[in-house]
Amino acid sequence: METSALLGLALGLPVLAFAGVLMADQRQNLREAISLLCGGLLLWTVANLYQPALQGESVSLAWLQVMPGIELAFRVEPLGLLFALVASFLWIVTTLYAIGYMRGHNEANQTRFFALFALSIGCVMGIAFAENLFTLFVFYEVLTLATYPLVTHAGTEKARAGGRTYLMILLGTSVGFFLVAIAGTWLLAGTLSFTPGGVFPTETAPAVLSLLLVLYVFGVGKAAIMPFHRWLPAAMVAPTPVSALLHAVAVVKAGVFVILKVCLMIFGLETLKAIPATTWLLYLAAISILLASLVALRQDNLKARLAYSTISQLGYITLGALLATSAGIAGGAMHIVMHAFGKITLFFCAGAILVAAHKTEISQLDGLGRQMPVTMSAFFVASLCIIGVPPTGGTWSKWFLLLGTVEAEQWSLVVLLMLSSLLSIAYLLPIPLRAFFPRNGTTVPGKVMVREAPWPSMVAIAVTAIGCVLLLAYPTIFSRLIHAGI
Amino acid sequence: MLTHLPILQVILPLVAAPSCMILQRSRLSWLFTVLVSLAAFVVSALLLQQVMAEGVIRYSLGGWDAPWGIEYRIDALNAWVLFIVTAVSTAVIAAARTSIEAELGASRQTVFYTLYLLCFAGLLGIVATGDVFNVFVFLEISSLSTYALIAMGRDRRALWSAFQYLVLGTIGATFILIGIGFLYMMTGTLNMLDLAERLPAVESSTAVLAAFAFILVGICLKLALFPLHLWLPNAYSNAPSIVTAFLAATATKVALYLLVRFTVTVFGIDFSLSALPLQSLFILLGLAGVFVGSAVAIYQSNIKRMLAYSSVAQIGYMIIGIGISTVVGLQATLLHLFNHALMKAALFLALAGVAYRIGGCSLEQIRGLGRSMPWTMGAIAIGGASLVGMPLTAGFISKWYLIAASIDSGFWPLALLIVAGSLLSAVYVWRLVEAGYLREPQSGQLAAEPGEAPLGLLIPTWILVLANLYFGVETSLPVSVTEMAATYLLGGAP
Repeated sequence: METSALLGLALGLPVLAFAGVLMADQRQNLREAISLLCGGLLLWTVANLYQPALQGESVSLAWLQVMPGIELAFRVEPLGLLFALVASFLWIVTTLYAIGYMRGHNEANQTRFFALFALSIGCVMGIAFAENLFTLFVFYEVLTLATYPLVTHAGTEKARAGGRTYLMILLGTSVGFFLVAIAGTWLLAGTLSFTPGGVFPTETAPAVLSLLLVLYVFGVGKAAIMPFHRWLPAAMVAPTPVSALLHAVAVVKAGVFVILKVCLMIFGLETLKAIPATTWLLYLAAISILLASLVALRQDNLKARLAYSTISQLGYITLGALLATSAGIAGGAMHIVMHAFGKITLFFCAGAILVAAHKTEISQLDGLGRQMPVTMSAFFVASLCIIGVPPTGGTWSKWFLLLGTVEAEQWSLVVLLMLSSLLSIAYLLPIPLRAFFPRNGTTVPGKVMVREAPWPSMVAIAVTAIGCVLLLAYPTIFSRLIHAGI
Repeated sequence: MLTHLPILQVILPLVAAPSCMILQRSRLSWLFTVLVSLAAFVVSALLLQQVMAEGVIRYSLGGWDAPWGIEYRIDALNAWVLFIVTAVSTAVIAAARTSIEAELGASRQTVFYTLYLLCFAGLLGIVATGDVFNVFVFLEISSLSTYALIAMGRDRRALWSAFQYLVLGTIGATFILIGIGFLYMMTGTLNMLDLAERLPAVESSTAVLAAFAFILVGICLKLALFPLHLWLPNAYSNAPSIVTAFLAATATKVALYLLVRFTVTVFGIDFSLSALPLQSLFILLGLAGVFVGSAVAIYQSNIKRMLAYSSVAQIGYMIIGIGISTVVGLQATLLHLFNHALMKAALFLALAGVAYRIGGCSLEQIRGLGRSMPWTMGAIAIGGASLVGMPLTAGFISKWYLIAASIDSGFWPLALLIVAGSLLSAVYVWRLVEAGYLREPQSGQLAAEPGEAPLGLLIPTWILVLANLYFGVETSLPVSVTEMAATYLLGGAP
């Protein structure tokens, strides 16, 4: 098949799934079959783009030109493909998980849920394959709007309040900063296309570039850099599969992906190194990592703790991008993958605990390991992946990030990375430990029955947890893309 | 038939107005008005097509040639404005029936449609004619009928607003008349082209300068350019909803057309820019309008009032485009003329639907509207996005051209200020969205959930909304027309 047709297919399939799900409506099995089928096809499509992207073959697609120089156009490049690959794979897994969760939890409005889920993945494809900032911005905004009803799915007062914060911060930053930065880029460079090495003319004043960089980093609210991180904990009111989607696949990854791409292909590493704002933002990212970890330590609600952990981990990726060294970018891009697998497993587990044991707080988890051994083991593995120690893939991303920091000779950041790794151990590992080794004899007397979540959810958890481990052995699938991209 | 199009454009609604009076039955007169508006729209579309294909159309009334008789001259600029006015009018009046029935009661409807047609005819006349005195006559026709239309608003404040507008509008019209008198005195002609030819010979005289000043201020009053905008918020917020939609989308546009016509065609851009520091004046006043208008809009709780102040701000953008006075700047103005007409008409029509179902449109009252009236609220949200200038909506295109124009001419800070102004508009649009989608309806406020607005109102609203989206993506028509108009105006070749 023509490669550009494949690209069109990758963008069209989720929309097709959206329409299909809406049409199937109440026929649950048909509806979920459509989701899974489209997910499978999408993965196949994206996987077929792997070789062309690796070999630097130009695969592009132009939809329409709004004005001269401003068009909706798409192009496959290695980093985007990496993002698309992760998202399309995890879509299938998350759908599988959601089937078990939504049915097991008797959620209302399931059709709307699955339909918007597909639409969100469609937006992710748009973001991943966007040829220019304009296209990217459009899909970025649609993604916010498409996920809003998912966040407020419960429809309660609390859900709506959370949704409000979610919309307000994401739309506010994107319109207030991101769009302004894009306009500024257009004015300075005369193009919005992503170009390796950057688009700005060399004589541009560093002060102006600094301002633009600040606008970009704050404007991409989805990257949740402090102080624009509040939407993430607020969005925790969503059903767990949505949280998994937001945190691991679609929303936050779209955010850090944009930051990576802007650093690499709008500024270019050389320019990025030369402007003063990079250093300040680097320290801001570092503070974000540290503070979020500290806050995470104090959260008793499981999902809230995971949310703050996400903020902290996203800081790593932003930091990697801003280091402006190839190892830093590689680490950041790698962490998109590793964090995706780790965090999605953690959220899956949190959801499974809610469905099977109806527990939401960490202090209630004592002794749960006997009732849900598979879930809690998966939780343990995924925690290791986030922390970044063998036998999981997270090792690689943390390794590259460390290399990048050393390469950039940011010694204080090296210390910080060590420190925050310790902190992530402190906020993640106690959870499975508590479940398996309950404190001072709070075990439930008598024989505990093993009662796990519904099987589709368990399959999903197993897949992602095994994925975390396999990524240690086979990181090359992704690292080859990253090297081709840099 | 085709050769008579220019006069048909004006005479059709002008004759239709008294005929409408005869009809008496309110439904019938509505249908009649819709048909007339539609016919005018078809005429304007044909005119536009003809102008694009063959260039300027000249038409002498009654066969009397130009300096003696009245001449209608249609170039790309007025063809474009005629097209905008008739298109919006058709959409608005098609939506009018239910809303007018509810807000005016049975007895006054025929009068309303008659006045509407008069106003419509007046606006078209101003745009079509090539004779400055004719401009004044049509200006009075449209103004007088506008005062009456505004006074028909459902509470008594409408009377006061209409009176306020009457006083200021009359001052404006008188100023214009004085200016025209001076011009006639100095040149002995009322034809715009003749004026343009003869004025350079006498341009150093103080009488011409005075004429210029009078006409400028007069038009700016009608235009509601900051700080002469004080009549506008009251007039818009107290007029019947349909009238607001019509006026917001057409009346200020026509006044803006006059401003361009006088400064660029009649006086000539070189004279206009040298007689007064017009460039900096327009840019400064435009910016002041943008910031004051938007800032005040943020604090309004009545949505009609909020959008009225937003109109003051949007007029500011258009004035800035003229102030930049390059081809791209003028093009941005003309684009925004069109796009703003689209978005404001859509927004005010949606509000007409809200007022119809809920009986008012304050921020409190639209709480929870996203669930009870999803289509109407959707229209408000998309119209609002267009107002902010979000990509893929029409508003983005004109803002983008305006920014490009200011950069082209080296006004860097101006570009930044335009962006900052857009952020202010994002704030008040957000307040609308927040109230509609994110707030719970007030408890006990309504016994029954209000249903969706009637279809007759909803369909035209959504046609306008879709036009906002369509022209945000497919820009070839507006861009090519405005480019032609702007280069023609500033190119100097008549």
